[in-house]
Amino acid sequence: MSGKLFEAIVDMRDKDALQLTQEMLANGVNPRDILAECQEAMAEVGRLFEAKEYFLPELMMSGEMLKQISEILKPLMEGSADEGEKLGRVVLGTVKGDIHDIGKDIVGFMLEINGFEVFDVGIDQPPQVFVDKIKEVNPQVVGLSGFLTVAFNSMRDTVDMIKEAGFREQVKIMIGGGTVTEDVVGYTGSDAFGSDAMAAVQLAKAWVKE
Amino acid sequence: MEKSAQARREAKIKRFVTAETLGVPDRVPTFTVSGFFPTKLTGMTVKDAFYDQEKWLEANRKYLEVYDPDMYFAPSSASGAVHDILETTQIMWPGNGVDDNASFQFVEGEYMTQAEYDMFLNDPSDFNLRVYLPRIHKALAGFANLPPLLSIARGYNSPFLGAFANPELVQSLEKLVEAAKVQAQWSKAYAGFEQEASANGHVNLIGGITLAPFDSISDTLRGMKGTMFDMFQEPDKLLAAQDKLLPLLINAAIGMTKATKNPRVFIPLHRGADGFMSVKQFEKFYWPYLKKLIEAITDAGCIAYPFFEGTYDARLEYLQELPSGKTVAWFDRSDMVRVKEVLGGKICIAGGMPITLLQTSTVAGVKEYTKQMIEAVGQDGGFIMTPSCALDEAEPELLKAWQDAVNEFGVY
Repeated sequence: MSGKLFEAIVDMRDKDALQLTQEMLANGVNPRDILAECQEAMAEVGRLFEAKEYFLPELMMSGEMLKQISEILKPLMEGSADEGEKLGRVVLGTVKGDIHDIGKDIVGFMLEINGFEVFDVGIDQPPQVFVDKIKEVNPQVVGLSGFLTVAFNSMRDTVDMIKEAGFREQVKIMIGGGTVTEDVVGYTGSDAFGSDAMAAVQLAKAWVKE
Repeated sequence: MEKSAQARREAKIKRFVTAETLGVPDRVPTFTVSGFFPTKLTGMTVKDAFYDQEKWLEANRKYLEVYDPDMYFAPSSASGAVHDILETTQIMWPGNGVDDNASFQFVEGEYMTQAEYDMFLNDPSDFNLRVYLPRIHKALAGFANLPPLLSIARGYNSPFLGAFANPELVQSLEKLVEAAKVQAQWSKAYAGFEQEASANGHVNLIGGITLAPFDSISDTLRGMKGTMFDMFQEPDKLLAAQDKLLPLLINAAIGMTKATKNPRVFIPLHRGADGFMSVKQFEKFYWPYLKKLIEAITDAGCIAYPFFEGTYDARLEYLQELPSGKTVAWFDRSDMVRVKEVLGGKICIAGGMPITLLQTSTVAGVKEYTKQMIEAVGQDGGFIMTPSCALDEAEPELLKAWQDAVNEFGVY
């Protein structure tokens, strides 16, 4: 299935996408089917992103469309606690000393639309907050984000505290953002670096399969 | 015999000019953006740098004395007191929102809504004064009560004067004067610092600063998300706003270089990098304006130092069009070997020392990397070596190791 709504989303025509949603509802289309078409479209956007045809503007624009359409559909979908089984749980946050959130938010969003349950602890968070969240939700994956070089030390401190708290064997830790590169993986004691949101999704998918 | 300070300055400038004009200098020139790294040398916090100017300048004196880069970047000159008075909301700084030892950081937001493009296009000064400033400085909220600027700019009678009696506006004007007085004191001390540095043989790299039109809108007005939506929703207005800003950004840069008598213009680039937009979007929304900006300032006798933050590997070919001998393309994380292949012999290139290594590697690791980088891209001149971004958290001994390695392997 790849209807008009699918095409509108993939072509970044946000006004058309919203109008089509309203028309489909007026014509009695089941909201769940509309949402399914949106999700198909998001998968296509993700594919084009991986193929380096689409970049951040398309990710953000399609994310906005999905958000707006979901807001219209949600009140109409009764008793839909959750949309099925999740691939895994990810604790995500920007480390201490750093307040940047754009990259973290995109990573969280892409993980969510790819089937992960994401627990975002926010920005400028000390190691203890990550450890507490890990204790609470028992994730398979932890994502540490940071834009500035100050984040390298905070990431290392966070990994150290996860180790001290006895959770290091249970989680895989990925790092990313701004100045972070492969060079920083060993320094921080993390498991991998990802250069963009899709890399984060691929890492998380590979790890939960293990 | 010890060379005089003046002779040392001249030698450094000559080394730079030779590399900038694609020649082969006596050795690979270096510069550093020290950021808040100097705080490490005198045991002070980053917060002190915002609130205790003498301490901060002392740390910077120490930095120049110990490391003596061929050219330095002027110390960060933001005053915490000024931000306190103005109640700045667009950045967070140590003492206000971030850790005492963290750098200041921007708070991205839509400080101009999409619906406000028309007002901005009609009169950017009016928009900035009455709408933008009140949003980024709480203490300037009273400026929202100003009459439109155009109504003030007419002679004969003065119906607008009454508006200035508005109590909120009066309060904001008083705050502005208070902040201006503090800033003037800070600026005076920085000018003194530069004079002293110059008398000691140091050279300040940058004489002016400006932004690419797209970044000017994205960084400060619409936010990253805002401009990304605009590319799809209001592409014509996004382009029109860049047309409006271009001459202002050109004149700002040229004016600053005239005032400082230093032709080098720093242009930090943000949203045109690989990953931030497609090449097609870059070609439409970013590149034409950046190119015009650089052409205009180099035509006026400036030397452009565009800093290509992130990576530009997918769009290096465009940079071949930049004015040869007047542009230094400064890279962060691009593949320097490919940069050399594409731009070598056309424009001077700068970069090559990853900040990650200066923070996480070893002395031997840094030396070996430096040697390889100089062999790979520095062989026939036209190359300036510099760390990929501000030193902030670099390790002092690794920074020294890099400089030693340039002195050892960078001699032509």
